[in-house]
Amino acid sequence: MSSDLWEVFVRPRRGLSHTHVGSVHAPDAAMALRNARDVYTRRQEGVSIWVVPAASITASSPDEKDSFFDPAADKVYRHPTFYEVPEGAEHL
Amino acid sequence: MSGPSLSPEPQGAQSLLDQVEQAERALKEAAARDRAHGEDEQSHFDAVIGAEQKVEPRDWMPDPYRKSLIRQIAQHAHSEIIGMQPEGNWITRAPSLRRKAILLAKVQDEAGHGLYLYAAAETLGISRDELVELLLTGRQKYSSIFNYPTLTWADMGAIGWLVDGAAIVNQVPLCRSSYGPYARAMIRICKEESFHQRQGYEILYTLARGTAEQKAMAQDAVDRWWYPSLAMFGPPDARSTHTEQSMAWGIKKFSNDDLRQRFVDMCVGQAEVLGLRLPDDALRFDDARGHYDYTAPDFEELAQVIAGDGPCNRQRISHRRRAHNEGAWVREAALAHARKHA
Repeated sequence: MSSDLWEVFVRPRRGLSHTHVGSVHAPDAAMALRNARDVYTRRQEGVSIWVVPAASITASSPDEKDSFFDPAADKVYRHPTFYEVPEGAEHL
Repeated sequence: MSGPSLSPEPQGAQSLLDQVEQAERALKEAAARDRAHGEDEQSHFDAVIGAEQKVEPRDWMPDPYRKSLIRQIAQHAHSEIIGMQPEGNWITRAPSLRRKAILLAKVQDEAGHGLYLYAAAETLGISRDELVELLLTGRQKYSSIFNYPTLTWADMGAIGWLVDGAAIVNQVPLCRSSYGPYARAMIRICKEESFHQRQGYEILYTLARGTAEQKAMAQDAVDRWWYPSLAMFGPPDARSTHTEQSMAWGIKKFSNDDLRQRFVDMCVGQAEVLGLRLPDDALRFDDARGHYDYTAPDFEELAQVIAGDGPCNRQRISHRRRAHNEGAWVREAALAHARKHA
């Protein structure tokens, strides 16, 4: 039995986003979902599960971390705290 | 104007970011409570809304709720996309490198906000292609405000302060919307909008302390953008077609007039600090109501602009169509590249 790797995302509560919790091995999506339920939600940790074939995930490379995210580093003006709010101006 | 107002009091010096963080905390608290439950689909849905919990994409929801959300989220997404044009108009003419970098970052954010919102709409079962088509063919609307021209550099300030300010007053309550993906997108958007409003305010503050000509330019921009900004809240409650149902569903949290009042109340003090005048002789604080009286915007003009007859409607849509068509080769090239490497 081939056993692919699946990444598991659980929505802990209604209203929150799915978050990555780990992975499981399973031969197909339906089995992956059941395995994920059995492994990751035994204590009602979630109300919804996504399983995604690990091979389908494209990830940024740790080696490139600096050059990949660098462009955002020198743009402090993207943050509201960059701007001085004059004395007395409220609700801004 | 409305009678006793339900609009939330402007809370002390509470900043926008505080309000967004409160909404985010409320979302987590509601999520932590026991899950609302009903016997059948409809009562289950009603219980979730009643408990201020979130409806999620795979939940059962009434068809009109789904349609209404698609309409509202799509219109909001389209507004972000069209909203890049009035400011894009000034990127090459920003008065300094600093201002240019900031304006570029702001227009980039608007593209990003459009994408977050399109993604939220897509969770409701409509495709990106359909949404783009609905905008380009005029079958879905975008905010009337973007059909006004940006005549001077001071307009960049007035748009940031007033237009983004009005958008924020509209949008902060949407961080509590009953549809999960929309509420979460709005939390992200509102955090970023704070920069937009502050940079606009800073532009006007700088101009208002500059030469007499610069101050006059700032005042002229405020004069032109004030009423269109008030009109952004939509028709008065008595004439608003969607408000009541949207409020019952928790898609919308306050009525148009209540939000408009809140915006006016906030702007008065901010204008004073700027040393600029809001163009309304009727503006005065009403002790009994606890709010400022003000002159309502021209709703006939609003209806006209929405119907397609504003100063820039044709220009905005034809520009978007042209940009979309001229970008076709990029989409095709990306597909060809993907196929080649598949």
